[in-house]
This record gives sequence, structure tokens and C-alpha cells, in this order.
Amino acid sequence: MLAKRIIPCLDVKDGRVVKGVNFTGLQDIANPVEMARFYNQSSADELVFYDITASVEGRNLFTDILQQVAREIFIPLTVGGGIRTLEDFDRVLKCGADKVSVNSGAIANPSIIREAAKKYGDQCVVLSMDVKRVDGQFRLFAKGGREDTGIDAIKWAVKAVADGAGEVVLNSIDTDGVKNGFDIEMLDELASKIHVPIIASGGAGNCEHFAELFTHAGIDAGLAASIFHTRQLDIRELKRFLHDRGIKVRI
Amino acid sequence: MVAIVDYGVGNLFSLSCSLKALGLEAEVTGDPAKLMAAERIILPGVGAFADARQKLDATGLVPVLREAAKQKPLLGICLGMQLLFDKSFEYGEHTGLGFIPGQVVDLRNDLTDKRLKVPHMGWNSLQICKEDPIFRYIENEAYVYYVHSYYAQNCTENTLASSQYGNVNVTGVVRCGNVWGTQFHPEKSGDTGLCILKAFAEL
Repeated sequence: MLAKRIIPCLDVKDGRVVKGVNFTGLQDIANPVEMARFYNQSSADELVFYDITASVEGRNLFTDILQQVAREIFIPLTVGGGIRTLEDFDRVLKCGADKVSVNSGAIANPSIIREAAKKYGDQCVVLSMDVKRVDGQFRLFAKGGREDTGIDAIKWAVKAVADGAGEVVLNSIDTDGVKNGFDIEMLDELASKIHVPIIASGGAGNCEHFAELFTHAGIDAGLAASIFHTRQLDIRELKRFLHDRGIKVRI
Repeated sequence: MVAIVDYGVGNLFSLSCSLKALGLEAEVTGDPAKLMAAERIILPGVGAFADARQKLDATGLVPVLREAAKQKPLLGICLGMQLLFDKSFEYGEHTGLGFIPGQVVDLRNDLTDKRLKVPHMGWNSLQICKEDPIFRYIENEAYVYYVHSYYAQNCTENTLASSQYGNVNVTGVVRCGNVWGTQFHPEKSGDTGLCILKAFAEL
């Protein structure tokens, strides 16, 4: 059977990792290439690079970094942030990305998923969504979680999967940053409606949270940023913990 | 030199980087002379079988590969491995290169547990069933990275390793004479993958 995946996420701005960075033991603590090397050695199953740069210079720097990482790290790389067009897909895939995640870009232009899946294959297209409870509904948010789109997030995911999204990252705004566990209720609801891998994001605080997550059917991976960056949680130790509880992980 | 066959299919950046990271000379090329001169050949591939077969035919390289495979190690990766078989049933019925007896079929049809997701995408452990020099640097049950919806069947004789997915034994590594194939992506399988590529380069 497939192993459950543990995925660190690196938010990169102007060539630096910017979110929750408090790394010890590295010479340059916010250097994405150094961090990628570190995660590769600590048996991360995949890396997500999120480009949160606004400027052209920052974007070019990001693609340079991506290439550097892809040159020496041989695990799957997913890239997101600012993906709006097929040209954006092309740009990051050429630099060594294996999958591309779209979030606001798909809200602005929903046909991007179908077009990208047709051109690069379903496995290459990841739908990423920020979701928050509003009036008893799981509501899709845009612009990094700042704007309520009024769209039902579960229906949105179902449509995206029908269009060819090969994987869905569900980031719960409600549990994000709280470190009190993943949003199991929201994840269960999504898992009951779609049949592609689901990556849970938002709320991981300790090993038990991952163990609980993976007892729920249909959840394939757990993603986190600062708890890994700050070394609050060591991926190797986390995997040992999960393995001891009978959860299949790559160690 | 390891030649990576360029026939306009897939992203060869990681594959070529992984060989370079091992200190190997690698070149992405569609030049028959270079392929004949190379010490090893890798046939990569992602996407759909029929499209890839068509593109490979269009390059005119099939006879070159056929000749080269008699003389030196050739490794097919993912769809590149599937192309090595007699035929594939991906969207119809298509003829492969016939370097290895067997056929490529839809994984979905053979999975009894319909909750299992297809593509078979992610890290799975590799059970070695036949010792081979290509496993020189890896251990049994090492994890490798798969992304595919079709798999090779009726090739038990030439199967060196497989991975369990539900009730299906997914063909992971095959060999027939000078020709090897991996269904997973060694260039995305971390150190295990690099060790397989290293062993291939030393065959």
C-alpha cells in the first residue's frame, strides 16, 4: 500500500523562506535551497514551494531557486503561488517542478484546471483551497484567505476533480495556526465526495495530530510549515511515531 | 555516457540532473549516432501510451533502439518502461516495442477495492523477487515513487520486483536481457532511486 506522506511547505518571498522560520543548525536559516537539503535528509516525502512574491524580480529569483533545488533534491516538488495561466505551468515545470498547485488562479479562471490537465496530465494539477466555515457552510476563500468567494468549497473541489485536478490540498482557515489538530470534520466531508489524494493542511501541532489524521479514510498526506521549520516537530521522529502506531510511512 | 532519449515526451530535467548528481555524464539526445555511441540508454516517458509511441515513431529512432538494446543496457522509466512491452490497452489497443513479453493494462479494472485511488500515486515499498545487479545498492522493501494508472501484466518471468496496491501486484522492475524497466520514477525516489540509477550505470 501507499505510504502516508509528510510534506513541508516553504513560503518563499524574494528568494527567502519567510513563514515561521526559526531554524537551528543551518548556516543560512532562511535559504530555501538549504532548507530543501535539510528536509530531503530528514525523509520528507515531497516539498511544496509557495511563491508569495509580488515583483518580477522576486519571481525570477524564485524560478532560479526552484532550479537549484531540482538539481539536487530528487523527491517530488510541488510549486504554487501566482499560477494563473498555462505559461505559468510551463515556467515552473521547466524548472523542475513535478506538480503545480492552483488556488486563486483557478477562482479567477476556472478553465485553467481543465486546460492544464489536458496538456500536462491530471497528476500534474493540484487544486489548493483555503476554506472557512461561514453560515454552516464550508466556504471557499480567495487571496490567501482574505476574501470570501461565496462558493461552496466542497462543490468547488468536486468540479475541479471532474475537470482533471489530480490532487486536492485542503487548508482549513479555521484550524490554521491554532496547532490544535487538523480540521477532521472538514476533511472527512471532502473525502466523502472526491476520489483523488487529499492533502490536509492547517492545524498540525504534534505527532498525535498526524496519527489521528491518518486514521481517517481518504486522507493521503499531511502538510505543515512552521512546526517543521521551527523544529518543533522533526519529520524523522514523527515518522517513527506513526510507524510505531501501525501507519505505513516511508522511513 | 548515458543517453536519455529525447522524443518530445516529458520533462527530462530531473532525470538528467540525477545522473549528473551521481557524477555521470548524461545527455538528452535524439541523435542516432549519439545513441549508438552511448554506453547506456534511458528511455523516459510520461503521458499517454499512444501519443508517446507516435512521437517515438516520428523520430525514426525505433530501429536504433532495437539495435542498441542488443548491445548495451537500456532502461525504460514509467511510460518508457510500458513502451518496452508487446502492447498496451490504454485507450484502445496499441503496439509497443516488444523488447519484453507482456502487456500494459488498466490498473482500475483489476483493483477489487474500488476505494483505492487511481493513479497509483505516491511512495510504495518494493518487494524484490529476483536478485539482480540493478538492486546492488538498495535493500528489499525500499520505498520508490510511482505515478501511473496502467501497469504491466503477463510478464512474471521477467519481473524482478513489484509493489502491492490493494489486491494487485504492481510490476515495479522488469528485465529481459539487456533491457530493464522501472514503473516508478527513480529520479524522484530519493536516495533509493539514485542507487538504482547508479547500479544501472555500472551494469
